[in-house]
Amino acid sequence: MGKTLFEKIWEKHLVTTIEGGPSVLYIDKHLIHEVTSPQAFKGLSKRGLHVFRPQQVVATADHNVPTIDQHLPIREELSRKQVDALKENCADFGIELYGLGHPFQGIVHVIGPELGITQPGMTMVCGDSHTSTHGAFGTIAFGIGTSEVEMVLATQCLLQTKPKLMRINVEGNLNKGVLSKDIILHIISLISASGATGYFVEYAGSAIRSLSMEARMTICNMSIEMGARGGLIAPDEITFQYMKGRRFAPSGDAWNEKLVYWKTLQSDTDAVFDHELHIRAEDIEPMVTYGTNPGMGTGISQHIPTLDAIEEKERPNFTKALQYMGLSAGAPIRGQKVDYVFIGSCTNSRIEDLRLVADFVKGKKKADEVEVWVVPGSKQVEAQAREEGIDKIFEEAGFQLRGPGCSACLGMNEDKIPAGKYCISTSNRNFEGRQGPNARTLLASPLTAAVAAITGKVEDVRDYINL
Amino acid sequence: MSKLSLIQSTAIPLPIENVDTDQIIPARFLKATTRDGFGKNLFRDWRYENDDEQQPKKDFVLNSGRYSGQILLAGKNFGCGSSREHAAWAIKDFGFHVVVSSFFADIFRNNALNNFLLPVTVSPSFLDMLMSAVEQDPKTLINVNLPAQTITLVATGASESFDINPYKKECLINGYDDIDYLLSIRDKIEAYEKETGI
Ligand code: SF4
Repeated sequence: MGKTLFEKIWEKHLVTTIEGGPSVLYIDKHLIHEVTSPQAFKGLSKRGLHVFRPQQVVATADHNVPTIDQHLPIREELSRKQVDALKENCADFGIELYGLGHPFQGIVHVIGPELGITQPGMTMVCGDSHTSTHGAFGTIAFGIGTSEVEMVLATQCLLQTKPKLMRINVEGNLNKGVLSKDIILHIISLISASGATGYFVEYAGSAIRSLSMEARMTICNMSIEMGARGGLIAPDEITFQYMKGRRFAPSGDAWNEKLVYWKTLQSDTDAVFDHELHIRAEDIEPMVTYGTNPGMGTGISQHIPTLDAIEEKERPNFTKALQYMGLSAGAPIRGQKVDYVFIGSCTNSRIEDLRLVADFVKGKKKADEVEVWVVPGSKQVEAQAREEGIDKIFEEAGFQLRGPGCSACLGMNEDKIPAGKYCISTSNRNFEGRQGPNARTLLASPLTAAVAAITGKVEDVRDYINL
Repeated sequence: MSKLSLIQSTAIPLPIENVDTDQIIPARFLKATTRDGFGKNLFRDWRYENDDEQQPKKDFVLNSGRYSGQILLAGKNFGCGSSREHAAWAIKDFGFHVVVSSFFADIFRNNALNNFLLPVTVSPSFLDMLMSAVEQDPKTLINVNLPAQTITLVATGASESFDINPYKKECLINGYDDIDYLLSIRDKIEAYEKETGI
C-alpha cells in the first residue's frame, strides 16, 4: 500500500516511539512570538536548561504590537512588557528575533514563507494554532501549547500521536469572484467547526492545484477552524517558483538536491485516507459568516438558515449566536450593513490580497460611515505595497494602511472593534468578543471585504466585477 | 507537578457547545508572563457585564451560587480555537481538576493533559445524564477514577469508562511531564540528528 504525503514526512521525523504511547517527533523549525513563549522560557530557566538548537528557532513580535507609530515605545504597559520579555529571552537564549522595527518583522505565519524559512517536507511548530498555514508548502505544521513550546526549546522534539488522515478534493473551475477564502469557508460550513477534529487534512484536486501559494496558505491557515490539527498541500512547480531566491531557501547545488527530494512529496496513487471528501469547485459561491464560529457561514446569495433547518440539539447555540450577532434566522445576509472593514491577519494580509483589494478600489471611495483598516502581514508586504503604489490607492479611497501585526484579528492591541458594531473581516475567527468585547464579526474574502468598504454593505462581488 | 488519580466532587454544568478558547479566556488577558492568576478571568465576558468585576452576570453558572466543585461539565467541541495554553491554566487556576465533555478540541486536550487537568470524553447520552443530574441537584457527586478509567454518578452508580493514552495516564498518576521524558532521551535525539544530517 502506498503512503500519504503526511506519512512520508511523519516517518522521516520519527526519533522513536513509546510502546503503546506517542511518538517522538523531531521538529525542524520552531517559530515563536511574544504571547505564548514567556512561560516556556521561565520553565527552561527553572530547570536550568538552555535552548537545545537555537539556530532552528525564529522569533517575531506580532500579537501585541501597535499598528500605528511602531517606531515609538509601546504605550500599553502589559503589551510592552511581553514584547520586552521576548527581546530579553531571545538575547539570553541566542535566538534570532525579527522584532518591532526590523525589516522582517510581521505575523509569524506570514514571515516564515516569505523568508523561505518554510520548506517542503519539514516539520514546523509554533505556539499558535494557525501554524497550519505553512502546510501549503507540503510541510507538517501545527500549533502547540506553551508547555510544548518549552519541550521543543529544550529538546527540538515533541511527543505526538499520529492523527487520522483526511483528504479533501476540490475539483473543477472556480467561479469568478470566488477566492480561496471562499473555498475554505465553504468547506467548514459543510463539515462544521469540529468536522475535522482528530485529523490532519490534505487538500487536493484541480481547483487547489490551480491556486497560487498565497491562496493555498489561506486554505491551510483555516484548517484549524474545522478542528483539524493541520492541513497540507503537495508541493509542485508553483511551490518551487514561489520559493526560489527567497532569503533562507537553499540555493545552487543545495537547491537542486532539495528539489529532487521535494518532488517525491506527494501522496502515492494507492495511498489510503481515513476519510475523503469531494467538492465541486463550481458549487462554491462567495461566502460570508453570520454566526459565532467559522462553520456558521453561507453563500452570499443564500439566507441565514431558519431554525427548523438546524438540528434540534444545535438550536440553542444557533439562537444564542444570532442573538449575539443581532441577526435573524431566515434573513438574507446580503445587504447587511457594516461599520468596520478589517483587511489583515495571517489568513489574508499578503501582497496578493492587498493587490486584489487595490485593483478593485482603485479610483473608488469608501462608504462614508465605514472605517477601513488594512493591516499588512509583514514589514516586507508593507514595503512592497508602497513600492507598487498600493498605499496611494488606499489613501485616495479613504482606507487606513497601518503597520504589520495581528491587530484586529484578535484585538490584543488597541485595534478593537467597538461593542455592537459589525466588522467584515478577512481574518479567520468570528468568535464572540474575538475582535473586541461584543464586536460582531463577519468573515469573508478580501474581495467581499473590499466591496463592503465601498458600499457599506455585505454585497455579492459578482455584481461589482467584470465577469 | 501535582499528581492526579481519584477525584470525587460536585460539578458545574456548562451545557454550551463549541466553547472556544476566546470565551474561556479572551485574548486581552493573555499579557501575563507567568502561568498564575488566569482563573480570575476565566469566562470573563460571560461572567461580567461591561467587563466590570463589580457587575457579575447573575445568570451565568459560575456566578449563580448554585454550583461548585472541581469538575466542569461542558458541551461538545470544548476548547476549540486558539492554541493558548492560558485556557487550561485559567480552568485549573479556578479550581477545576477535570473537564467532562462529549468531544474536545485537539490542542486543548493536549494542553490540559500537560497541566494535569484531566479531559474526560464521555458519550453524548452520558453527558446529558450527568448534566441533568447536576442541574436537578447541585450536590450530586461524580467520581472520576483515573487508574480504572471510569467516571461514575455516585448516587445511581451509572458509570462509563473513558479512553486515555496509557503513557499520558502514567504521567498524570506519577506527576511526570513530557519534558522529563524527552530530556531522558537526548542521546537518541542527537543520534537522529547525526543520522539524518540535520
Ligand atoms: S493574525 Fe490572528 S490568527 Fe493569525 S497569528 Fe495573529 S492572532 Fe493568530
